[in-house]
Amino acid sequence: MNEKLYPLSVTVNGKVHMAEVPARLTLVDFLRDTLRLTGTHVGCEHGICGACSVILDGAPVRSCLMFAVQLDGCTVTTIEGLTRPDGTPSALQDAFCEAHGLQCGYCTPGMIVASHALLESNPAPTEAEIRDAIGGNLCRCTGYQQIVHAVQLAAENIANGAK
Amino acid sequence: MKAAPFEYTRVASLAEACALLAEHGGDAKLIAGGQSLVPMMAMRLARPAWLVDINRLDELKHVELRDDALVVGATVRQCVIERNADAVRSLPLMNKALKWVGHVQTRNRGTVGGSIVHADPSAEIPLVACVLDATLVLQDASGPTEVAAREFFFAPMVTAIAPEQCLAEIRFPVWKAARVGCSFEEVSIRHGDFAIVSACAQVALDADGKCGRAALGIGGASPFPHALPEIGAMLEGRALDDMLIEDAAVAVADLIDPDGDLHATAEYRRFLARMLAMRVLKAAVADAVGKEVQ
Amino acid sequence: MSAQPGNYRYIGSKRRTKEDPRFVTGRGHYVADIALPGMKHVALVTSPHASARIKAIRTVKALALPGVHYALTGEELCANVDPLFVGVDAPRVARYPLARGVVRYSGEWVVAVVADSRALAEDAAERIEIDYEPTDYILDPEKAILPGAVLVHPDHGSNVLYRRTFTWGPVEADFAKAQHQLSFRVHWGRSATVPIETFGIAAQWDPGTQLLDVWASIQMPKYPDQLAKALRLPGNAVRVHFDVDVGGSYGVKRGIKHTVLVGYLAKKLRLPVRFIEDRLENMRGGDMHGPDRIFDMTVAFDTDGTIHSLKIRALDDVGAYAGRSPLQLGKPVGAIVGPYRITSVEYEPISVLTNKTAQEAVRGFGQAPTNYAIESAIDRVARHLGMDPIELRKKNFITKDQFPYLIPSGSTYDSGDYHTVLDKALRAVDYPALIAARDAARKAGRLAGVGIATCLEPSGGNSAFEPLFNPKNETTTWMDSCLVRVDISGAVTGVMNTSTSGQGHETLVATVLGEVLERDPDTIRVVHADSLNALPSNSPVGSRMAIMLGGAAAGAAKKVKAALMAIAAHNLGVALESLEYRDGNISAKGDAKKSLSWDALVEIAHRKFHKLPPGLEPGLQAKFVWEVPTGGGLPTADGRIQMYPCYSFEAHLVLVEIDPSSAQPKIMRYLCGHDCGTMINPDIVHGMTYGGIAHGIGAALYEKFAFSDNGQLASQTFMDYLMPSALEVPAIVIVDHCTPSPLTEFGQKGSGEAGYLGAPAAIANAINDALAPLGASIDELPMTPLAIWTQLQGGRTP
Repeated sequence: MNEKLYPLSVTVNGKVHMAEVPARLTLVDFLRDTLRLTGTHVGCEHGICGACSVILDGAPVRSCLMFAVQLDGCTVTTIEGLTRPDGTPSALQDAFCEAHGLQCGYCTPGMIVASHALLESNPAPTEAEIRDAIGGNLCRCTGYQQIVHAVQLAAENIANGAK
Repeated sequence: MKAAPFEYTRVASLAEACALLAEHGGDAKLIAGGQSLVPMMAMRLARPAWLVDINRLDELKHVELRDDALVVGATVRQCVIERNADAVRSLPLMNKALKWVGHVQTRNRGTVGGSIVHADPSAEIPLVACVLDATLVLQDASGPTEVAAREFFFAPMVTAIAPEQCLAEIRFPVWKAARVGCSFEEVSIRHGDFAIVSACAQVALDADGKCGRAALGIGGASPFPHALPEIGAMLEGRALDDMLIEDAAVAVADLIDPDGDLHATAEYRRFLARMLAMRVLKAAVADAVGKEVQ
Repeated sequence: MSAQPGNYRYIGSKRRTKEDPRFVTGRGHYVADIALPGMKHVALVTSPHASARIKAIRTVKALALPGVHYALTGEELCANVDPLFVGVDAPRVARYPLARGVVRYSGEWVVAVVADSRALAEDAAERIEIDYEPTDYILDPEKAILPGAVLVHPDHGSNVLYRRTFTWGPVEADFAKAQHQLSFRVHWGRSATVPIETFGIAAQWDPGTQLLDVWASIQMPKYPDQLAKALRLPGNAVRVHFDVDVGGSYGVKRGIKHTVLVGYLAKKLRLPVRFIEDRLENMRGGDMHGPDRIFDMTVAFDTDGTIHSLKIRALDDVGAYAGRSPLQLGKPVGAIVGPYRITSVEYEPISVLTNKTAQEAVRGFGQAPTNYAIESAIDRVARHLGMDPIELRKKNFITKDQFPYLIPSGSTYDSGDYHTVLDKALRAVDYPALIAARDAARKAGRLAGVGIATCLEPSGGNSAFEPLFNPKNETTTWMDSCLVRVDISGAVTGVMNTSTSGQGHETLVATVLGEVLERDPDTIRVVHADSLNALPSNSPVGSRMAIMLGGAAAGAAKKVKAALMAIAAHNLGVALESLEYRDGNISAKGDAKKSLSWDALVEIAHRKFHKLPPGLEPGLQAKFVWEVPTGGGLPTADGRIQMYPCYSFEAHLVLVEIDPSSAQPKIMRYLCGHDCGTMINPDIVHGMTYGGIAHGIGAALYEKFAFSDNGQLASQTFMDYLMPSALEVPAIVIVDHCTPSPLTEFGQKGSGEAGYLGAPAAIANAINDALAPLGASIDELPMTPLAIWTQLQGGRTP
């Protein structure tokens, strides 16, 4: 079957991408398979695990729960776009390394996206606020403890000028 | 888990959406936030031939106070209503309900209208709409139709909406009394899951402290979000003491029609409905008592 | 004893891991990230029936779709591949990737479709037409073992895959002399560790070199060998790339059937083929279900709390096929008395076939359920005697001066100090305050309970359960290896021989190499060999890598160091024993002028054969292949065997409250005292322990693969299989203690299963403590709100 293709122009990590996509291509599959931005991960494909979290027009969303075609003209930031401009880890990403807020790394991009969004709106979150912000992201390795520590550490470091 | 193929139109107006729905009938499906529809499509439990995207219709994005009601456009995102000053002030019950809705990421995308039309009997927003006796404005090519939320929900994912209709806005009545209190509580296995049972209540107290008006509803314990006006009638004009509230909760448990599933039996749901009814009524009264008599 | 003895430069220090930077920037390298040119995609057609005969399969409509390349059926596949490995002697319980003729569980793979994209493959899968004739099925494992039961594999003649009664020590005499005995039943529900990444594999056959390249999300011993054997290829015609990052495994990422399927397709179609399970395939028919075990326990004890003997009958529902799953009843033999001086045990493991999804290995390999049963017994004895459960445990603990300690089933525990770890934990949690908090909650009308579990993590994974459960299998080695190279620039590279699923093995190897060679671990690179370049490894199962890979890395590094010393002795004209090694430089003791730097030594090794001592190989590299310490033996006739070498210990203390108006439990406090010997990297150990506890919370309270009465999996999405989030897992306190193992280089023991081995037991004990004032208790995991509510109503089953 020759599926109809739809034109799409979307800004991902500051770069405009033009593509033609079938309507049923989800945002996460577009990022991973079309743009080869494989840092965003597929966990459940039904909107529960949060591994595919990205930032859409400033807000964290699940990229398995929308179709790429819907995003014409939108702006998306993925884990790759959260690094410093030279590609090195941001203060938040660095804090995840310092606190060992991960193990297998599979949920990590989603966790960092969720944490990034939290710190953007709430630079000094309480532990409860951190747990709430990552409450829609499942991790099976860490028991969340070192993730919570990582976000607390990042908040401190950013308050002290880290970028 | 990839959706079956479909064609896609991002419409520029509600009229265009209605025209497409009229043209394709049951083969077309509207997509707003997609937080419930997309997983169903991924599992091929829903397989529309046409997907009509109404996300960018400004005419469905309004939040405004009009004639003693908070009027909310159907595609207003849950995160917007969560932070909207008018909504927070005039419709605190919605704000309390949203704390239980999904997670940050799903509220950023999910819409108020989408949750209503999806009609999960344990969802929070439909319950608020029923309890407050909201009016739903359904649009089709011939124009708008108004339906009471309490008349809208029939069964899980079955509603009064016709295939060619689009939910355009929801009018949530705002209670004007001086001392209005409300509460939303639920029991779910994990936070953010659909409720096993949810309950919400809103009460207005008279100057003498008696119940001027009360509304209560139970989610997850009937095939639809269950507003129980009988309870309001039972409470109005009386002092809302613990004994009356307990009687009301017992009545609640008799009025609902729960079913059993993997996580809860019908009897457990009935128990939870009673407990939650008691809890939300007490909390709503406490909330109202805390407000000053003007 | 301190939390971390030993005078180490890198080991035991707070150090960043080598792996984290690539993961936090989205630069991991997972199987789904691999895009081979021209790659095709697989989707599966699975059985809708718990049991049925396949009457006909019609693929025409599927193959007519453009972009669809192939539809593989069981008839074709089974004729061309050998059956998969079965852990016990049951040759007629043949297991293939696709069903042939009959289906034995709902979700069993029937047809594999290959297409240009996964979406197209799913379109085609919908168009495969299969005629089934439903047949009788059996779901209840207790009924399945009765005569006349419907047989899952009629050719096998029974639904019992494995059954034996072991008697270790004077069981009957101990029961006769004991003043009390108690019998009870507990049921560990079917759950698993469910990684966020599903299983995936990409494979490519090169007809020119006759080589099958495989990239997969795996954690499986003997995976390349089993793959080659099933595909009827020589071992050297399969190359498994171990440098694929695995998105979590915790035991379950076996995927051998996936790999045989995709390997066959890649070879047959001469196309690169990949199969990434979607979550439905993963939950229904992937390697994703863990033990489902009913324990009938009888315990013999005295009024003073002395526990003499245990009788354990463990009935495990392994579903419709057996890979290694029956062996999960075997591993617990190595810690069958827990940390207690119990002098005799009768153990009757029964592995039963039913028409459910096949069970696979899960974190702990059967030990967590067994610990739950043992710890339930301890609490029941305490309640029966009115004794404090802490005092009862302390009374029965093996004492620190009794190690090495031989248990009745033939394993010797290497070391431990259970009393001290428990005391540290009690102090840290302020146990009297914990009890006071419980009692205050009770007084305020809530239900509250304190739970304790003290249990063992056997570590250093050996496969002694293989010969124990199958006399035809004489496997007595389960070695692991490391290769160390120092290149001409002086940089050190460690080569490991298996994949990693979050355990930080690169950090482990670099830390150990750095420690021995006195070089900064941050400068050491660690790579994963592919299976054709690899030294022997048995993969990171059985909580073994700190011990086995750490030991192999230390052994290889010591060989490199010895070569450097030999070069220095030869060139400095100084006897070996008069040389001093510091930071890689070597000098004569007391004569700093007589010295050779690291760089100079490396240069001699690589360039200056004339300066090498006679007999030393040029270049600078060493391999070390290590047999599991204490390994190598076969079981005795009565089934005694040394299972694993090292025994870590954990003491969990939990406070749980239950809201009587909702029956919802909430964990208020969680503390775990933990002794895994020397920690190589404390952040990694703590992380795995927190994660193990979270898995345990899931198993205890939330997670269950539930089946409907007609054999359909009722919890096949993340909307019904409920894993705890950051809002359910509380803040956890870990208190470290270190009792070094005498068997390992640095005193390390395993910790890959830490937390999970005791958390379910501790939480279950806490819930039952909360219910005790009502005279109620729950004997099945998970302890859901519904189960709790049912007890609150007086125990009537819903």
